[in-house]
Amino acid sequence: MAVKAMTSNEVTKKVFNKEPLFILDVRNERDFADWKIEGENFDYYNIPYFELLDGVEGILDKIPANQEILVVCAKEGSSLMVAEMLSEQGLTASYLQGGMKAWSEHLEPVKVGDLNDGGEVYQFVRIGKGCLSYMVVSNGEAAIIDATRMTDIYLDFANEIGAKITHVFDTHLHADHISGGRVIAERTGATYWLPPKDATEVTFEYEALEGGNVVTIGNTAIDIHALYSPGHTIGSTSFVVDSKFLLSGDILFIDSIGRPDLAGMEEDWVADLRESLYSRYRELSEDLVVLPAHFMIIDELNDDGSVSEKLGTLFAKNHGLNIEDENEFRKLVTENLPPQPNAYQEIRETNMGKINPDDEKQREMEIGPNRCAVR
Amino acid sequence: MEATKVLDAKGLACPMPIVKTKKAINELALGEILEIHATDKGAKNDLTAWAKSGGHELIKHEEENDVFKFWIKKG
Repeated sequence: MAVKAMTSNEVTKKVFNKEPLFILDVRNERDFADWKIEGENFDYYNIPYFELLDGVEGILDKIPANQEILVVCAKEGSSLMVAEMLSEQGLTASYLQGGMKAWSEHLEPVKVGDLNDGGEVYQFVRIGKGCLSYMVVSNGEAAIIDATRMTDIYLDFANEIGAKITHVFDTHLHADHISGGRVIAERTGATYWLPPKDATEVTFEYEALEGGNVVTIGNTAIDIHALYSPGHTIGSTSFVVDSKFLLSGDILFIDSIGRPDLAGMEEDWVADLRESLYSRYRELSEDLVVLPAHFMIIDELNDDGSVSEKLGTLFAKNHGLNIEDENEFRKLVTENLPPQPNAYQEIRETNMGKINPDDEKQREMEIGPNRCAVR
Repeated sequence: MEATKVLDAKGLACPMPIVKTKKAINELALGEILEIHATDKGAKNDLTAWAKSGGHELIKHEEENDVFKFWIKKG
């Protein structure tokens, strides 16, 4: 039986549709424990490929005979080898095309809503890493928010729907992934906006994004209102789009809130984070649809694969928005934090333009989950 | 440190560096040392974990001009 390649796109559909899949992950145990393909109905078995060089006979009792098996490794080569060995034993096995490297880079565009004048908002779900970016489209113009470094995907998408990218925003200086914002702006002639308080060390030109700024996309008034909301970083800024959507950056997520420690300033920024979440956000309409820059766990995905929730619902259900005691809040966001994202200092320096790693190095820096939240 | 044998695995992608290392180690006697040169970035983690699980000892590794060098003592 020949083995076939399964693409990240196909695996994403299985995640969204909650289909079952058996994943045989042949990376090191440490890599598997750190980060894997998550799906509600996925089952797993992890054994490093180098334990299987003499054959797969020893693990056949761990693998279902009547179910589709996806073999996964870091880059593809080992999973292809193991899938072929399984196939020789009569099992139906595929391998993940491009491995976890491709999985980390896959973006799935999902429409999250309409604007009042007929425009749309799209969410780009980076399913393997939990990063979310956005395209707001109106009357042939588009704005992009929190772009990943896979810039071609946004450019091609805008091209397909016949929109010209005119504005590019980053809600803050990212520490978990390399921003594609500057590259997109350079390639399209769009304006690149950054919060100046996060950009004190950047080496390139940008437009200063400050609370109260209003940027119009398209001919009719689709306004993007900037709302200064520090806490995850000192410059963190949210956006209210068309009085309907709240792009909350890394301040507020569906089931968690931002962490203030990635620039080493947690004690200083706790009060800002609390002020943003407990005062500034409280003044907004509860009907706003929150569109965050990350998800942490697969349960946060809606049935269509999108990640969004009404602000009022989050006020009621998100634990991080319901901590009365300030000391308890301080403890939550400064103590027992999850490990920091891989290479987060180098990622920050890249986003400031201080270092310019090549593609391979950038890929390696971003390996693993995003870890920007506390629950 | 005197290597009994040198394995050139430069330019090879995973899983080949380990496949070749395993074969080369099989041809050595207990206590002899295999020196491996590889360029695959995953090689370090994988060789370390493989040596440990196979009872071999990774006695030294270094990086020189993007080439990773490993010395593994057969156990």
